[in-house]
Amino acid sequence: MTIDTSVLNALRPDMTRFAYLLLRDQHAVEDVIQETMLTAIEKQDGFKNKSSLKTWLFSILRNKTIDALRRGKREVNISTLSNDEDDGLEEVLFNHHGAWNMETKPNTWSNPDASFEQKQFWAVFDACLNHLPAQTSRIFMMREFLEFDVDDICKELNLSTSNCWVVLHRARTKLRLCLDTKWFSGQGFQASRS
Amino acid sequence: MMNCKEASQLMSQELDRKLSWREVIALKLHITLCDGCANARKQVSFIHQACKHAFDLDEEKK
Repeated sequence: MTIDTSVLNALRPDMTRFAYLLLRDQHAVEDVIQETMLTAIEKQDGFKNKSSLKTWLFSILRNKTIDALRRGKREVNISTLSNDEDDGLEEVLFNHHGAWNMETKPNTWSNPDASFEQKQFWAVFDACLNHLPAQTSRIFMMREFLEFDVDDICKELNLSTSNCWVVLHRARTKLRLCLDTKWFSGQGFQASRS
Repeated sequence: MMNCKEASQLMSQELDRKLSWREVIALKLHITLCDGCANARKQVSFIHQACKHAFDLDEEKK
């Protein structure tokens, strides 16, 4: 079947968003999107309508993004990683007994799933992801968006498994704090509800 | 008993690896008694879900 290029173009913003979260470089993103579009057009006979066009296109995009990450050969720099880590986050969150500090004890997020339907939520979500330190974000995105096994991430980036777990935990903690401030207890959530 | 700092590490790791039987029990017990950690776990799991929904590909996934 022939794919209408206007349909491809309509999916471009989402594809750009995806690639940017992983690559954080506008030029690399442009390259990846172009390669994805080209491959989609070349291989359109392979698209059988079994999956939605978006799913099919994103599977190509996913592979092209992984290639770009590998091409960049940006090995995770352990010293940068430990700088990312050495920000006293744990001391802020926990007291010396390892219990939550009063101010940082997590609250209830009311009806969080409703946020999925809100455009503003995704803008906040992306902003929080883009706010993570670069290397932390890359490991988190490889895990959650590219769905790599932790073992594969470690191998790929030359990190120990426990190092990967620590980074992923920190990423989740930072996202939790960011969403809490910028969305759930902030004005974004209130405004979008009214 | 496990403290909140350790519990928060395990609630992240449970998304990345299979926890041991001992860890599962210890985490469950801690969360039953600690509402801060119960909330933290819900928030972390929400973030995990959000990543799946972020590009609306969820419904086509097997």
